[in-house]
Amino acid sequence: MSDNHSVIGRSVPRIDGPEKVSGAAKYTGDLKFPNMLYGKILTSPHAHARILSIDTSEAERLPGVKAVITHKDVPTLKYGLSPARWDESIFCSDKVRFVGDKVAAVACLDEDTCYKALKLIKVEYEVLPAVLDFLHAMDEGQPQVHEEYARNINTEIHQEFGDVEKALAEAHHVRTDTFVGQRTYQSPIEPHSAISMWDGGKLTIYSSTQSPHYFQHYIAREFDMPMGDVRIIKPYLGGGFGGKLEPTGLEFAGAVLAKLTGRPVRTFYDRAEMFAHNRGRHAQYMEITTGVDKNGKILAAKANFLMDGGAYTSLGIASAYYAGALLPLTYEFDNYQFDMFRVYTNLPACGAQRGHGAPQPKYAFESHLDNVAADLGIDPMDIRIINARRPNTVTPNDFRVNSCKIKECLERVRVMSDWDEKKKNLPLGRGIGVATGSFVTGAGYPIYRTDLPHAAAFIKVCEDGTAATLYTGSVDIGQGSDTVLCQMAAEAMGYRYEQMKIVAADTEITPLDFGAYASRQTYMSGAAVKQAGEEVKRQVLEMASVMLGLPAEDLDCADGQIFSKSRPGKSLSFEEVARKHFVLRGPLLGRGSYTPPKLGGNFKGAAVGTSPAYSFGAQVGEVAIDEETGEITVVGIWDVHDCGKVINPRLLHGQVHGALYMGMGEAVWEEVLFDDKGRIKNAELANYRLLTAVDMPPITSEVVDSYEPSGPWGVKEVGEGATNPTLGMFSNAIFDAMGVRVNSLPLSYEKVWRALKEKREREEDEARRKPEARRAEAPLETDGAMPVYANPS
Amino acid sequence: MAQAITDKDGVKRYLITLNVNGDAHTVLVKGNAILTNVLRDQLDLTGTKKGCELGDCGSCTVLLDGKPVDSCLVLAVEADGRQITTIEGVAANGRLDEIQQSMINHAAVQCGYCTPGMVLSAKALLTRNPNPSEQEVREAISGNLCRCTGYVHIVEAVMATAQGRVTPDDH
Repeated sequence: MSDNHSVIGRSVPRIDGPEKVSGAAKYTGDLKFPNMLYGKILTSPHAHARILSIDTSEAERLPGVKAVITHKDVPTLKYGLSPARWDESIFCSDKVRFVGDKVAAVACLDEDTCYKALKLIKVEYEVLPAVLDFLHAMDEGQPQVHEEYARNINTEIHQEFGDVEKALAEAHHVRTDTFVGQRTYQSPIEPHSAISMWDGGKLTIYSSTQSPHYFQHYIAREFDMPMGDVRIIKPYLGGGFGGKLEPTGLEFAGAVLAKLTGRPVRTFYDRAEMFAHNRGRHAQYMEITTGVDKNGKILAAKANFLMDGGAYTSLGIASAYYAGALLPLTYEFDNYQFDMFRVYTNLPACGAQRGHGAPQPKYAFESHLDNVAADLGIDPMDIRIINARRPNTVTPNDFRVNSCKIKECLERVRVMSDWDEKKKNLPLGRGIGVATGSFVTGAGYPIYRTDLPHAAAFIKVCEDGTAATLYTGSVDIGQGSDTVLCQMAAEAMGYRYEQMKIVAADTEITPLDFGAYASRQTYMSGAAVKQAGEEVKRQVLEMASVMLGLPAEDLDCADGQIFSKSRPGKSLSFEEVARKHFVLRGPLLGRGSYTPPKLGGNFKGAAVGTSPAYSFGAQVGEVAIDEETGEITVVGIWDVHDCGKVINPRLLHGQVHGALYMGMGEAVWEEVLFDDKGRIKNAELANYRLLTAVDMPPITSEVVDSYEPSGPWGVKEVGEGATNPTLGMFSNAIFDAMGVRVNSLPLSYEKVWRALKEKREREEDEARRKPEARRAEAPLETDGAMPVYANPS
Repeated sequence: MAQAITDKDGVKRYLITLNVNGDAHTVLVKGNAILTNVLRDQLDLTGTKKGCELGDCGSCTVLLDGKPVDSCLVLAVEADGRQITTIEGVAANGRLDEIQQSMINHAAVQCGYCTPGMVLSAKALLTRNPNPSEQEVREAISGNLCRCTGYVHIVEAVMATAQGRVTPDDH
């Protein structure tokens, strides 16, 4: 393909850089409005309890309190993000279902008064037995979280493609492993907040949201308003990672408080409340069975999963489907069975977190595949290359894959990491592991049923042509979409990035876009932006044709210059042509929209995981384990991605680094912990264990030369996909270093130490019983290519 | 000791002077008011961010007499009469500081919420140690959590500034 682009493919600086480094960038919590009140939500102290009475009278009498609301003051309509299970209420009316469930709210003159007022609301509870262990949530006799969902089953999935039992029966080797993934939290640094205000019948909400459109839709639905009377504005957003995709209750409560008081109301969560709201990664139990031929080619796979959904559905039905749907994407096999239960528990609800559903199943499958490779004596890199998906193939669950360079990614990361040399020579306690990942480039279907386009864009060229403004509903949550979309607009128009402006994510000004989730914006919003830019360019060239007296087909425009293809020297500046266009024909505008083609099969759940394009990647990590303490030192990480055409290389690698960072945290340190009453024990960033700059190892990231035919200029995603291999990669590197596998996340120092201790005791025991036999046998779970781990004592 | 005023409910407030970015501001604060809130709510200097109010994240970092501190752990009364630099005071006369420009050029900024605190921690390091090692850079910013970048570009940006080149090689 040709690569004669003037704007895309360059590491231009972020369009919002100066505002962000100078402190000028205003996030939702930084905004102030005249007469503004502060709102706080009262939450449940119990994991499961019946509400017997709520007395707000004392709180209402406190000076400075302007409104106190409970379930009696708000719409009773249930809401949620996933329309298949709307099970949340603005405030609980009958019972609370987790510590942190919403009970009432106050609006006050200042923050201090809010906290005093919350303490004065008297709620009488009858504490009920709670279900806190998801592994037993479906057992007979367990407390019911929601009466209408028997045995606490929120979602049940059973899918089979091909003939799994036949393929397993014919396989050379069949192996089953089980793994457990932990509950993690997105932990964006900016806390959630919203400011709600009414102007007559019109509601405006400034919100820290990843999708103004979904907010607008759900708020209009909840308050039975036309969408046109709801305006959602996203100021600068301090990270999301999936955690700011859905209504939190802050905006519903804030809207009601603002209505009652007639004043703007700012509602917000503190850090502990963010953890309680959660919507992070589900804890998950994963059993995987795979049958392979003697060369390690996968013939069939079975996944049997159980997910801890917490008290509400959130986006969890999609998470449950994603967990299984993306599993047959990276490797090719025809026979696949997926069984899943997502269960309710009396814990905060789980939802979509970077890599939505995929990272933990990938951890399980990638660890399992290493075990299979060890059983057969195949190099872990080789077994992945043998099974790697090829371009222009279809998965057993009907996902069409166009571009795919997973094999090239593996081959490249093998060289970069010096895999072959290290695999042979690393000393005891040092290990190297590989894993792969793949992800959707935008979800093929919207979250709620609608025929609206997934993305749309306008471009308005300034009257004198010296600037152009892109209007988009897309959301820059830090990933850099404002920058890359301006690059794409400029490229399509033949204009200069440096003269681009952007207005984004304001439902009243910008056209609809579903927002920042499922790694969709560069591809889907980019497609709409490209179309809008091309419409501008066509009009500019038509006007230039009149001005130059040359046919429009002979003209082209790049980097702000219009030129004749046949007659060098015949040129005009974009500015003068744009100005003339305004004088003669009125505003110079371009419009674009994007709707994906119909995707996927016809079976139940076929829509989840469909995407017009899939990204692929491979990672290698090297670790050193301290045998005495279990401490894991990460020596280095190498990452190679197939993400199609790269629009902004530095921003892209920033996404990879961030994804690796999040994956590394989840692999070794991060975990939300609860006590036996369902209260979070570590609802702060220090004890949740976010990694600091000194914890991060050297990272080397590269991309393979790739082009996705369905995407604008050949783009695909990278932001979430780069998280998918990381957990499995660490699992395999630690396995390689120790010769034993830790089967649950996080792969903490303590678990590593215990695994080593158990292995040592097992070996000592064996040595005492059969000294000769021990020398002759290879240890059970040791990779064939590894030196045999021995107890140094 | 700052002058105290007691209101009709018996709540004491203190009249203090904060020297922020070269300007003296006299403000009335409660004894338990944290510096972060006074800067943000009373002086409208919202570049100082609030991320945790526990000293974990470093988003609220300001320089107090030149040293980086979590302003959520500093009582406003403790800062009475002292020199405070917030992110709004790093650029001079509309020109970004080198460390700010380097952060932009190296793509060390993503969501930007940690960036003000990160810039101030880096600025304090480079003032006291103009030629830090990579490990010293990492230690200096280890109190500033960034959830987006994995710190790679941030460390590069600080190192590059120390070495007098605010533009990365691959630009």
